[in-house]
Amino acid sequence: MQPRDETDLAEAIAGANGPLRIIGGGTRPVGKPVAGEALSTAALTGIEVYEPGALTIVVNAGTPVAEVEAALAAENQRLAFEPMDHRPLLGTTGEPTIGGVVAANVSGPRRVTVGACRDFMLGVRFVTGEGQVAKNGGRVMKNVTGYDLVKLMTGSRGTLGVLTQVSLKVLPKPEETGVVGIEGLTPARAVEAMSAALGSPYDVSGAAHFPVSANDEPQTVIRVEGFSNSVAYRVGKLGDLLGRFGEVSAVTGLGPDDTSWRTARDVSLWEGGEEDVWRIVTRPSDAPGIVARLPEGAKFQLDWGGGLVWAACAPGTDLRARLGPLNGAATLVRASEATRAALPVFHPEPAPVAALSARLRGQFDPRGVLNPGLMG
Amino acid sequence: MSSIAMPEPDAAIVGRKEEIVAALATAIGAESVISDPAETRAYECDALTAYSCPPLAAVLPHTTEEVAAVMRVCHEMGVPVVPRGSGTSLAGGALPTADCVILGTARLNAVLEVNYPDRYIRVQTGMTNLSVTGAVEADGYFYAPDPSSQLACAIAGNIAMNSGGAHCLKYGVTTNNLLGVRMVMADGEIIEIGGPHGEASCYDLLGVLCGSEGMLGVVTEATLRILPKPEGARPVLMGFDDPEVAGECVAAIIKAGVLPVAIEYMDRLCIRATEDFCGAGYPDVEALLIVEVEGSPDEIDEQLEKINAIARSLNPVELRESASAEESAMIWKGRKSAFGAMGQIGDYLCLDGTVPVSRLPEVLRRTGELSKQHGLACANVFHAGDGNMHPLILFNANAPGELEKAEAFGADILRLCVEVGGCLTGEHGVGIEKRDLMLDQYAEADLEYQMRVKDAFDPDWLLNPAKVFPLDLSAPRRA
Repeated sequence: MQPRDETDLAEAIAGANGPLRIIGGGTRPVGKPVAGEALSTAALTGIEVYEPGALTIVVNAGTPVAEVEAALAAENQRLAFEPMDHRPLLGTTGEPTIGGVVAANVSGPRRVTVGACRDFMLGVRFVTGEGQVAKNGGRVMKNVTGYDLVKLMTGSRGTLGVLTQVSLKVLPKPEETGVVGIEGLTPARAVEAMSAALGSPYDVSGAAHFPVSANDEPQTVIRVEGFSNSVAYRVGKLGDLLGRFGEVSAVTGLGPDDTSWRTARDVSLWEGGEEDVWRIVTRPSDAPGIVARLPEGAKFQLDWGGGLVWAACAPGTDLRARLGPLNGAATLVRASEATRAALPVFHPEPAPVAALSARLRGQFDPRGVLNPGLMG
Repeated sequence: MSSIAMPEPDAAIVGRKEEIVAALATAIGAESVISDPAETRAYECDALTAYSCPPLAAVLPHTTEEVAAVMRVCHEMGVPVVPRGSGTSLAGGALPTADCVILGTARLNAVLEVNYPDRYIRVQTGMTNLSVTGAVEADGYFYAPDPSSQLACAIAGNIAMNSGGAHCLKYGVTTNNLLGVRMVMADGEIIEIGGPHGEASCYDLLGVLCGSEGMLGVVTEATLRILPKPEGARPVLMGFDDPEVAGECVAAIIKAGVLPVAIEYMDRLCIRATEDFCGAGYPDVEALLIVEVEGSPDEIDEQLEKINAIARSLNPVELRESASAEESAMIWKGRKSAFGAMGQIGDYLCLDGTVPVSRLPEVLRRTGELSKQHGLACANVFHAGDGNMHPLILFNANAPGELEKAEAFGADILRLCVEVGGCLTGEHGVGIEKRDLMLDQYAEADLEYQMRVKDAFDPDWLLNPAKVFPLDLSAPRRA
């Protein structure tokens, strides 16, 4: 089904006799496989309101992310949370939608300092499992009018409601980008260096570590963005600060649209691989220990200063069992349908919290028709 | 006579006071339970002082486990619980009813963990907002949300109201800086949500908890993001002879790609009051903006140059860049004393609507028109960068009917905020104050799903039950 508008979508859900599989662009098949009739938001397109002077945009859920980004770029603005494009890693095709980004709370390297998609969400319109249209939030930057269902809907992957419209805060594009790099660090030293950078006043907007770079050396990279003089200044300061970790390289003049961070954002080095891919969020200082406990032959890379560990290991591996107790959460992002059916995709919550999540699901989708089972 | 209704207290509960107090004393010790009517009066209101009612009793637990014990007793006995941080709510969020137990967080005031490499602090939630920054500032860090009441307000209340502050244009509000909580559910169960890693594994329960006005659980411990202090900050003060031009200036600065940490607005009425109060040396203009940027001295120069160029193009009456720490302090002094200064000239009702920044000039003009219609003066002092307005309606609380008149004027302003695409409250919360205006912003179906969230957390509606939702809508659930 591909409803024409919100009313049509509400009718489709109200009239559903069985499970529905909610689809935005279909580029992020993360979660337990859902058996059900496909319900696509692809026809709910268009930018409703864009006010560059208020840093806000209101977009219908099926609008391609590329269209939103183009409209913002025309006003020299952007989605600051840098949403990951899952297509290279998951081998999917199609057009990612803004509704999909919000439904999965998709963020990127800049999340470490500016926040996640959920932190830029101002308002939602959605249709519940009963086919009821509801709204929450609005299009202003500060809003505490009633409960924040905007956050609840963001990242709920179509299991509490189907998003029809989202309002987002946007930010100006920077004038310039600079990157500071250090080669040869162990994961532990890399995390120390990234923590030093993130704990400095130099407004870092990315901190990633790759164990193998083009010349076979581990590479740690720190990004700063802003006005040109300021970027040059901060790159210099970070160089001084990080000198004790090794020889520091500095690159400036990368412009406002530096694409070199897509490797970190999209985990694109693992494109086409056969391994299962796990996404582990944790305290940065726990990252080296997690890396040390990965099975032999596993690959990893770090983002968010170590707060995000990407790990690739042999298909079917129960990585959570291998890692033991975790101060964080491990999500199985890429795996065969069989593995995703056998292992929890999302990190199991403690029993009382899981019960609360289940009760919320029951309140928003009492018939259990929206992506049933996808999140547990 | 005040105009906002509260539910009738349950006579059966009031009649069992002795039994309830005894059970609470058994649970957490008599020294932590307050039941003498002379003492419970201290808890009869928050900063919305027009409304007051002493609670049945008040409890001041020391630990999460004691909070859980209190909640179990109240749950078993069917007694409503109203959580209270420092009682600085301007919306009546902590207003008791005669049949409720006030649960105060005042004794939950320990720092539990400071972690600089991972940039977080874990605290008990009775700590004041400013004391959290106090715990880390010697090491070069701070906690970003900075509500005006930060000297007094508790983190528990900040979480309940999702508090903001002057600097949230850059750093966000409480929800953007809260990483995890330990909390007690209405039935006494202790749960943990989130953590230093700051990401939900299933639903963003932390997101919905923050700003839920103490109706979903009692947060006893919080993990908060701390940030490295910027190298420096400097404000510039600009005066305009037309409020609409000041509004234009705000939008132009934001659109230019400079992101100040704060853009504050004051109108003439407020400027004159603060001048009389503290002599900050403000120019006597229609509209004054304070714009602050951060960074190294050179970075600050560069940003202020861009901002000043925008301001100059709009013919300001005054453009005053701070040249020293003393001058910066003077520029902020008036703004920070604005609410106190207004209090000197009379009683006031402080509103908190937010509008799209682009509609600021129009809303300021129409607020002026409403002021004439209602025959009450209104001063404006607010966070302009994010459109969060704080009209202060002046009235005489001792004159019969004036409070009702002021409330009616306030309701009209808030409806105007909603009409132009904004909302009823940007950072103070709904409490009881805006409870009955909720249907001006939301349809019943929208509120139904908010109430269902409460059903999931607190099926018996025992936690702060008479807040946020219009009483007739929540009545079947509260019964």
